[in-house]
Amino acid sequence: MVIKKRKKKEIFALGNEAVVEGALLAGCSFYAGYPITPSTEIAEVMSARLPMVQDGVFIQMEDEIASMGAIIGASLAGRKAMTATSGPGFSLMQENLGYACMTEVPLVLVNVMRGGPSTGLPTSPAQGDMQQARWGCHGDHPIIVLSASDVQECLEMTVVAFNFAEKYRTPVILLLDEITAHTREKIVVPDPQDLEILSRVTPAMPPEWYVSYEETMRGVPPLPPLGSGYRFHVTGLTHDQNGFPTSRPDEVKSLIHRQFRKIDQFFYDIQLVEELQCEDAEVVVIAYGCVARSAELAVHMARERGVKAGLLKLKTLFPFPKTVVQALARQCRALVVPEMNMGQMSREVKRVNNGLAHVVTNNRVDGQIITPSEIFKNIMQA
Amino acid sequence: MAQVTQLIHDYLRHNKKFPHVYCAGCGHGIVLGSLIRSVHGLGYAKDDIVLVAGIGCSGRMAVYVDFNTVHTTHGRALTFATGIKMANPALKVIVVMGDGDAMSIGGNHLIHAARRNIGLTVLVLNNNIYGMTGGQYSPTSPEGTVSATSPFGQLERAFDIVDMAVASGASYVARGTVLHATMLDGLISAALEKPGFNLVEILTPCHTQYGRKNNFKTVVDMYQWYKKNTVKLENYQKMADVDRSGLTPIGVFRDEGRIGLEVRYAQLRNKLQEQGTCQSSTN
Ligand SMILES: Cc1ncc(C[n+]2csc(CCOP(=O)(O)OP(=O)(O)O)c2C)c(N)n1
Ligand code: SF4
Ligand SMILES: [Mg+2]
Repeated sequence: MVIKKRKKKEIFALGNEAVVEGALLAGCSFYAGYPITPSTEIAEVMSARLPMVQDGVFIQMEDEIASMGAIIGASLAGRKAMTATSGPGFSLMQENLGYACMTEVPLVLVNVMRGGPSTGLPTSPAQGDMQQARWGCHGDHPIIVLSASDVQECLEMTVVAFNFAEKYRTPVILLLDEITAHTREKIVVPDPQDLEILSRVTPAMPPEWYVSYEETMRGVPPLPPLGSGYRFHVTGLTHDQNGFPTSRPDEVKSLIHRQFRKIDQFFYDIQLVEELQCEDAEVVVIAYGCVARSAELAVHMARERGVKAGLLKLKTLFPFPKTVVQALARQCRALVVPEMNMGQMSREVKRVNNGLAHVVTNNRVDGQIITPSEIFKNIMQA
Repeated sequence: MAQVTQLIHDYLRHNKKFPHVYCAGCGHGIVLGSLIRSVHGLGYAKDDIVLVAGIGCSGRMAVYVDFNTVHTTHGRALTFATGIKMANPALKVIVVMGDGDAMSIGGNHLIHAARRNIGLTVLVLNNNIYGMTGGQYSPTSPEGTVSATSPFGQLERAFDIVDMAVASGASYVARGTVLHATMLDGLISAALEKPGFNLVEILTPCHTQYGRKNNFKTVVDMYQWYKKNTVKLENYQKMADVDRSGLTPIGVFRDEGRIGLEVRYAQLRNKLQEQGTCQSSTN
């Protein structure tokens, strides 16, 4: 994202507060949620800010199932809508998240990861929801999962999340962790005019010609707000191009294939990563979230000792940035994968690496951050 | 009659997904007819109506009628409807749910939507059974009901949908049946016109999954049952307790006309924006 320096507004903010700043810049005007640590500040700040936004709505629902239902409804009514939660709530959201995938409803879901499973470690960081973010709802579905590793990125990636949701008519999950969400740092809030803000395409044709799930090259059907004259049908049942239930094999196949194609063909637009000293690297650390910050320091430490180390910081987690990882796997001796789970990212790395480089796993699930020295040690031994 | 049929046809998507899935004698179609007559009578534009439905035979209604239609997930229709209404209060949002939908899996949503008094028109089609999944007992199946999952008669007490809605804080609560069609038109029209959370429980027969197993030889027997065992609330209230046993009162149980949450929220927002109290918590 390009932030041109015009009117520089600097604030001292929590990661969670930066998410709100980003959402409001992106045009979010609807929030529904249920309180849960460590995401609650997002709801709290939204409840104060949204009534000050034109037509802004904040509503605290009875649970996370309801929160997802409400933001899907709001999005269908034309709003940019979001919710935020953590592990236990994320599990409850899967049902209606699947509905949003099936019906292609743009929305943003922020999941601030804490230790799991179940109630787990409510106030400790983790990265254990990565595969759930990809495959948490039943059935085959594409989805976009993003992450952020510092407070500035919390703002920026929330804007990106809304842009992707609107551009591709899909739910987007922003995976944060307790540390990133609860870190307070100085950030720059960009001037709205300096940001590229995308909104969903609405139909240009008259209502009689509108085919709500039309099979087109781009694969992203236009979406009019409810009540604008295009009386279409929305259903979680497998539907034909007109949006009505079908079980005809050819129609079923074409729906699911289009949904995958829609994301696949824009892979290079969606794949967001940052490479740090990777040009000549022989060992590359692949990390995201708070772990990426530890990794950055570890890479510097290794460079000081003369080891050609680099960092690949993932901002897009899914679709998994396979082409970048693959290129580095060809170039490097080893890939070091520190993550705060039992290997949810390394399984992706190994799949993409396909035997090219040596993959060093570095897992931690005790509620503690992976330290720079821990990663440094792994680089030196790789 | 021909005119009424013509009217109904104007509101159906007959070139799209017909024939429908309903069994002969199913009451759900009568509810749809009543809804269409009410909407037409009140002069609403199709474009301004969003029909939000849950999952079940009742929920299928969303496919057939030419409004903006959202067929949601089982039990969650009210949550989607809440989002739609809060996002655009100008829309007339109608929610159609079955008894399983509304009282079992969606029970918590019903309680809270009623408590919030969000401006919705809610129709609960109570056939005392899970129709779509093949006739398992529901939270409104009377004690003793024989069903696919209670072959020896079920032991649990049934929910009273009207009591639940009243206790939860709904603004308007009524009960009707598909037999009393004219009365039903009136109840639904009132539920459409009044502000706040308005719920109509509609007793509707499912002979296929409920009647056949519970001593109703034909669908007509079920309609007969509604005739014999329901009584207008005004008369019910005058009856002695002993005479009330086995009878179900129909009519309007609560009518408060309280303005909906969506209106109150907009008022709060307007007030705050006039005062210009833009307090950013991040500053
Ligand atoms: C989460 C979930 N659980 C279960 C089901 C299966 N299911 C579909 S419809 C239904 C019950 C329908 O009964 P009711 O709500 O009374 O509607 P009716 O068919 O009687 O009109 C059930 C259990 C489902 N679709 N989703
Ligand atoms: S199973 Fe029952 S509720 Fe479903 S369509 Fe048939 S009669 Fe109606
Ligand atoms: Mg039922």
